[in-house]
Amino acid sequence: MATGMTTMTNDTILKVERLSMKFGGLMAINDFSFEAKRGEITALIGPNGAGKTTVFNCITGFYKPTMGMLTLKRSNGSEFLLERLRDFEINKVAGVSRTFQNIRLFSGLTVLENLLVAQHNVLMKASGFTILGLLGFPAYKTAAKEAIEKATYWLEKADLIDRADDPAGDLSYGAQRRLEIARAMCTGPELLCLDEPAAGLNPKESLTLNTLLRGIRDEGTSLLLIEHDMSVVMEISDHVVVLEYGQKISDGTPDHVKNDPKVIAAYLGVEDEEVEEIEEQLDHGTVEGGTV
Amino acid sequence: MEYFIQQLANGLTLGSIYGLVAIGYTMVYGIIGMINFAHGDIFMLGGFAALIVFLILTTFFAGIPVALALLLMLVIAMLMTGLWNWTIERIAYRPLRGSFRLAPLITAIGMSIVLSNFIQVTQGPRNKPIPPLVTDVYHIGNITISLKQILIIVITSILLFAFWYIVNKTPLGRAQRATEQDRKMAALLGVDVDRTISITFIMGAALAAVAGTMYLMYYGVAGFNDGFIPGVKAFTAAVLGGIGSLPGAVLGGLLIGLIESLWSAYFSIAYKDVATFAILAIVLIFKPTGILGRPEVEKV
Amino acid sequence: MANVSVDVREDVMAKAVKEGAIAGIVAFLMFLVFVGIETYQDINNQLVWRTRWGLLAVFVIVAAVGRFLTVGFIKPHLDARKLAKAKTGVLEISEEKSFFHKHFLKIALVFLLCYPFLAMMVFGRQGSLKYVDNFGIQILIYVMLAWGLNIVVGLAGLLDLGYVAFYAVGAYSYALLSAHFGFSFWLLLPMAGILAAMWGVILGFPVLRLRGDYLAIVTLAFGEIIRLVLINWTDVTRGTFGVSGIAKASFFGIWSFDVGAANNFNKAWGLPSSSVYYKMFLFYVILALCMLTAYVTIRLRRMPIGRAWEALREDEIACRSLGINTVATKLTAFATGAMFGGFAGSFFAARQGFVSPESFVFLESAVILAIVVLGGMGSLTGIAIAAVVMVGGTELLRELEFLKHIFGPDFTPELYRMLLFGLAMVVVMLFKPRGFVGTREPTAFLKERKAVSGSFTKEGHG
Repeated sequence: MATGMTTMTNDTILKVERLSMKFGGLMAINDFSFEAKRGEITALIGPNGAGKTTVFNCITGFYKPTMGMLTLKRSNGSEFLLERLRDFEINKVAGVSRTFQNIRLFSGLTVLENLLVAQHNVLMKASGFTILGLLGFPAYKTAAKEAIEKATYWLEKADLIDRADDPAGDLSYGAQRRLEIARAMCTGPELLCLDEPAAGLNPKESLTLNTLLRGIRDEGTSLLLIEHDMSVVMEISDHVVVLEYGQKISDGTPDHVKNDPKVIAAYLGVEDEEVEEIEEQLDHGTVEGGTV
Repeated sequence: MEYFIQQLANGLTLGSIYGLVAIGYTMVYGIIGMINFAHGDIFMLGGFAALIVFLILTTFFAGIPVALALLLMLVIAMLMTGLWNWTIERIAYRPLRGSFRLAPLITAIGMSIVLSNFIQVTQGPRNKPIPPLVTDVYHIGNITISLKQILIIVITSILLFAFWYIVNKTPLGRAQRATEQDRKMAALLGVDVDRTISITFIMGAALAAVAGTMYLMYYGVAGFNDGFIPGVKAFTAAVLGGIGSLPGAVLGGLLIGLIESLWSAYFSIAYKDVATFAILAIVLIFKPTGILGRPEVEKV
Repeated sequence: MANVSVDVREDVMAKAVKEGAIAGIVAFLMFLVFVGIETYQDINNQLVWRTRWGLLAVFVIVAAVGRFLTVGFIKPHLDARKLAKAKTGVLEISEEKSFFHKHFLKIALVFLLCYPFLAMMVFGRQGSLKYVDNFGIQILIYVMLAWGLNIVVGLAGLLDLGYVAFYAVGAYSYALLSAHFGFSFWLLLPMAGILAAMWGVILGFPVLRLRGDYLAIVTLAFGEIIRLVLINWTDVTRGTFGVSGIAKASFFGIWSFDVGAANNFNKAWGLPSSSVYYKMFLFYVILALCMLTAYVTIRLRRMPIGRAWEALREDEIACRSLGINTVATKLTAFATGAMFGGFAGSFFAARQGFVSPESFVFLESAVILAIVVLGGMGSLTGIAIAAVVMVGGTELLRELEFLKHIFGPDFTPELYRMLLFGLAMVVVMLFKPRGFVGTREPTAFLKERKAVSGSFTKEGHG
């Protein structure tokens, strides 16, 4: 697992280098670096207030980072510095899409319409920026049909096909979450960022979510997710990064992170001296279950 | 130089009036997030009430001392506007609270139309002049400062202090600030939200009545359309100072008054209103939170 | 059981009496000063006053009795109806719409096409002039303006309180350009639209980052600035005197409507010289313009840009995350809405023959916005109905001569026009805050087109 700082390996899709975010006097994120590999599910975890959503907002263009470089490398080799792109370009040009902690659907539009809005840029081009479409040229009609087919594909994948014509606001909570994911996928992203996709889901729904996310990964999209639900994180992640008080405290496979004493301490609030004790014991192999 | 000081005095006087009205806008916006379009017409209503009281007093008590007359005009105007604003809030705004944000705006615009046309219909469309109430002037060198200007500034200052005290030092003020921040939570903690909001409306209206009476005293005439432009200017003042901030409203009012009188004095009277609107636009575009306002961060 | 309901009934009555009395007292206090006392100027132009106890009594009684009836009878009746409906547990969704409902639009269109001829048949040539012009054309102008504003407010959710500015740009550009360059109406109509759209972009660009309420105020400020400039820039606009003698629109360049012209329309067709025919022509022009506005709106809603507008209204942040350039999207909404305002403006100038800044006050923007909201944001039919009711209703007041007999010869219903308009705004908002038409028609469907209830649609935060 190459963790070099200067060159990007072909595997890496997102490279976050020395990201810092300051709000007034508060340093929310401090010198945070990690890499997400292409075709993997990377999870960003940490206790509440650790700064995970802030990292997301920096990556997806809602905050301007105080410092740091966010490099996105697409499968065709082109690289983009996300902090330099305009907010909508991060999706349109760099191929990054996201979901939100507080679901942001177009509740007054139908489920199908939500998915069609996601294909806006493709359709705009096909309609000749509206003019050709308005005049009835066939290019738009074909593109529109294809858009509906793509939407239908994702509706079936997200098990929403029966509610296609219902207003998005009418859906149950779990269905709304799935719709948000389906909508993000309709933009054809290379990196899908999910902000607490399992929040509020019952265990059965979480399992469905896992299947959906794995399916997305298997089709070639890389995922970056923030999550508290360990059953999701440990089940599907290929790579876990742990944040506490804006700083990285662990980075590795789910198993590695699960047994990292620093992580345990962060979640359970163990005294600092205890952590050092445990680390010492680990080093001397006198504590069970620690594998580095 | 003296000309400048003269304009300064004029500006401060005008600004005090705008500031009083601006407080009403800012308090209502702060507590229920609604731009009360009809507030300017409440100001006009207060002026008319004062006018009518004046007429009655001078008919029945011809020799009444000016101070007493003014006091009665103020009190009755405040009672009137307070009552009207209370009724309007209960009937037209309260049912729409919290739902669709556009609906209260349309209602307020409708209310503004109703108020100005109500006065036009019941009192006639012509402007109503009254004989000057306070005529004393003082001369300091070449500068003329009239007693009415001093009165306006003094009364405004007193009221400001009183309101600052109420908002910051009394339980009512605390309830208001709590409701402003988080209405549901305040209700859960036992604040009578409906009553707090009603009182806010009444207080704003009372201040507008004072402003209306001062306006009448200053310009000597009242018209049914007086609510619109001063209303927008006062709203500009509230935005300029930072909507939701009481001292901001007053600061904004003074600034607008100064800009208006200095612009008319040194540039042209014709475009003075354009200057005010242009300032409004510029402030909103570049610093929407105003001078003393708190920036709002939307949570993503 | 009977005893209980009698007791309840008595309680309600007691409450009604109490509330009625309170209402009466409040009304008395409120109206004592403004209604009970009337100020006027006597022959010396001195301000004097007199009392109007009779009128005050009327207000008080109406308030007291009204409240009494509402609390005692109307509200209990409505509550009982709601209870009955809830008890039966049947949702009142009837799938079968009446013939009228289904074919409403077609019927309306046919009616409008025949309207001028119907008016002529019923009222005679001269009598129909009023109905074609003051009612027909006037209402259709407002329909077009409201449909234009609908693109900005109803679809994109951008609160624009200065829409009248684009109306003014259209009107003045036709007035001035036709006077200076002699261009015909048909050339200037599209030009006015383009100029207005340009202004839409210029005005929109700096302000589109603003949130809902602030956007509203800044657009109001822009509208007022334009009006004040029109008043004060007398060199160009002749200020409050306005521009008069504006050229009439010709019949597509073939026949003119100028009296005395060689190719005068009336002469060419052997019609008596009356301005009715010009007005009828204008009626069809504005009707065509309205149809154009409606057609463009409906088509655009199905295009990605239209969907982007509605998505913008629902959640701007989500739009950005989907790669939509929200600034460009907002600008197109602004510019398109402005364009239709410009069309309406130049039409207005051609019809009036005269423009002055008085026609472009903030009140006009407010009225147009009110029509959009009252009609139901985004719904073309609802807005059209709202325009007919509000504008037609107030025009109707001018006609109610018979009221003069009731209230005396000094009674001019004219004065009450705006008062009733304002009251109507307040009342409709109380009962239907989402407008007459509370639902939204989706633009794409997989299996069936289901109307989206208004409770799901957002109103936009700019």
